[in-house]
Amino acid sequence: MLKGNNITVRYGEHTVVDDLSFTIEEGQWLMLVGPNGAGKSTLIEAISQGVPYSGAFQLDGKDLRRYKPNQMARKIGVLSQNNSVGYGYTVDEVVGLGRYAYTTGFLSSADAEGGEQVQRALEATGLTELRHASVLTLSGGELQRTFLAQVFAQNPQLLILDEPANHLDLVYQQHIFSLIAQWLKTPGRAVLSVVHDLSLARRYGTHAVLMHQGRCAAQGEIAAVLTKENLHKVYHMDVYAWMQEMLQQWR
Amino acid sequence: MKKRTETFSLGIYLLFVAALTSSMLLCICLGSVSIALSDTVTALHNSLWGLEIPAGIAKSIILNVRLPRVLNVALVGAALSLCGAAMQGLLRNPLADGSTLGVSSGASLGAVLALALGITLPGTTHGGVMLMAMLFAFLALVAILGLAYGLDRSLSTNSIILIGVIFSMFASSLINLIISFAGERIKSITFWTMGSLSGTHFGHSLILGVAVLVLGGVILGYSRELNAFAIGEENARHIGVNVRRVKLIILVAVSALIGICVSISGTIGFVGLVVPHMTRMLTGPNHKRLLPASLFAGAIFLLLADLVARTLLRPVELSIGVVTSLVGAAAFVAIFWRTRKAG
Repeated sequence: MLKGNNITVRYGEHTVVDDLSFTIEEGQWLMLVGPNGAGKSTLIEAISQGVPYSGAFQLDGKDLRRYKPNQMARKIGVLSQNNSVGYGYTVDEVVGLGRYAYTTGFLSSADAEGGEQVQRALEATGLTELRHASVLTLSGGELQRTFLAQVFAQNPQLLILDEPANHLDLVYQQHIFSLIAQWLKTPGRAVLSVVHDLSLARRYGTHAVLMHQGRCAAQGEIAAVLTKENLHKVYHMDVYAWMQEMLQQWR
Repeated sequence: MKKRTETFSLGIYLLFVAALTSSMLLCICLGSVSIALSDTVTALHNSLWGLEIPAGIAKSIILNVRLPRVLNVALVGAALSLCGAAMQGLLRNPLADGSTLGVSSGASLGAVLALALGITLPGTTHGGVMLMAMLFAFLALVAILGLAYGLDRSLSTNSIILIGVIFSMFASSLINLIISFAGERIKSITFWTMGSLSGTHFGHSLILGVAVLVLGGVILGYSRELNAFAIGEENARHIGVNVRRVKLIILVAVSALIGICVSISGTIGFVGLVVPHMTRMLTGPNHKRLLPASLFAGAIFLLLADLVARTLLRPVELSIGVVTSLVGAAAFVAIFWRTRKAG
C-alpha cells in the first residue's frame, strides 16, 4: 500500500530522518516507536507532504508527490497530535469537513455519500448526541474523538495517527484504540501510528519500525521488533525490567 | 445545542436586502438638508425608469450627491467587512483584518505621496491619488508575499502577519516623514488618512461594484476552505485543501479589494475587525453564513457611521474613519470584556 524509499528529512544542517525505508501493507497496523527526537512525527509530516524530504513515498505504486491534495486526502487520513479549534464550530461542521476531498471544485458542494459517511463516523465515535455542540465546550477526549470522526468521514485507505491517545486518560485511550482496531477490520485498510506507550504498541500493532536518531534500528513484525535487546539499544535501559517493575506494584 | 444550517435561506437573504435598502434610504433622506422619504423614493423610481422627476424635489442632492455617496459607503463597508472576516478565518486570528497584511498601509503611502507631490490625472479630481494608492497596494502585496515566500516557502501564517506588521510600521513612518514636509497640503493629507467618501461619484461606484462582485465573489467561493483554515492550517492540508494555492488566491483577492477601497475612501479603521467579530456572535463561525452576513452588516455599519459623521456636528462633517474608530474601539472593548468575563 505505502512504501517509503530512502526518506531523508533535514532541518538546515540537522538530519531528522536519515535514509529510512519501510513498507506497510493492507490489514497491517504499523507502529512507529522510539525515544523522543527519533524523527517519528517528522516522518509522518513528510508523508502528509508537510515538510520537504528526499527519497520517495509510493502509494499504490505512484509517487505521493504526484497526487493532488484532494486525491491524496481520499487515500490517506491524518490525525494530528495536538488538535485545537479557536472558533466555536459544531462537531458536525468539523466532522463534515472530512468530506472536503470529495466535494472540491469552486463553489461545488455536491457529495452524494457525504451525509451517510458523516453519520457513520459520528456513530462509530459515539458523538451523535454531541453533533450540534460547539467544539469549544468539549473535553480533550471528546475533541480528539471529533477529529478521529473527521478522519473516519474522510474514508481513507491508510490512517496515519500521531500519538492518537496523547493527553487522554486510560478510558479514552482504550476507547480510541479499540475504535481504530474496529476500523481496521474492513478490508483494504491499514494504520500507521506513532506511539510512545510500548504496551499499547505491542497490544494493537501488527508490525513496527523502531527509530533511533532518525534511522531505523529495527523493523518487521511487532514481536520481532520490540525485543529486549532492540529496546535496550535504543532506549539505553532495560525496558522489560522497568515494565515488570511497574506491573509488580499492582500485584 | 441548536442545529444551525450550513447556509442562509432565501428569506434571511431577503431580510438582509430589506435592512440594507432601508439603511440606504435613511442615509439618502438625512443630512445637512433633510429630504422626505416619499420624495427620495419618487426621485429614485422615476430616475430608474426614465420618468420625469416632479419639480420641488431636491433631485440634484438625491441623485448627484447622496446616492453615489451612499452606494460607495455601502460597497466600501461591505468590502472591508468581508475582507476582515476572510482574514480572521484564513489567519485563524480574530484580531486580523484586511489591514493586517500591510496592503492598506501601502495604499495609504501611495495616496499620501500623490497628495504631497500633487500628482493628478488629467480630467479627474482624485484620479492621481487613486492610481497611486492602487499601484502601491499592488507593490506592497508583491513585496510582502515575496518576503514571506523568501523567508518560508510554505507562506506560513506567522511569517505573513510578521512581515505585514513590519511593513505597516515602515509605511507609517514614511507617511509621517512625507507629512512633515508637506507644507500647506498637510490638511488634505490628514483628512484623507482619516477616511472620507464625500465627493465620490458613480464612477467610483462602478469600480467598487465590479471589485466587490468579482473579488468578493472569489472570497465567498472559498467559504469551505476558510472553514478549514479557521479550524487549523495543518488540518486543512490533511483533509485535502491545496493550502498554498488557496491561501495565495484569498490573499491576492483581499489585498486587491482593500487596495481599491483605500484608494477611494482613504483609511477607514475597525470595520474589518469589529463587524465580522460581532456578526460571528450571531451566525457562528461557519464562513458559509459568516461571509455573506458580514458583507451586509459591514455595509449597514458604515452607512450608519457615515450618517453620524455627516449629521452629528452639522454643518461640520466629521471624517468617517474617526466615527468608525470611536464606535469600533468601544464595541471592541465591550466584546473583549464580555469574552473575558465569560471565561
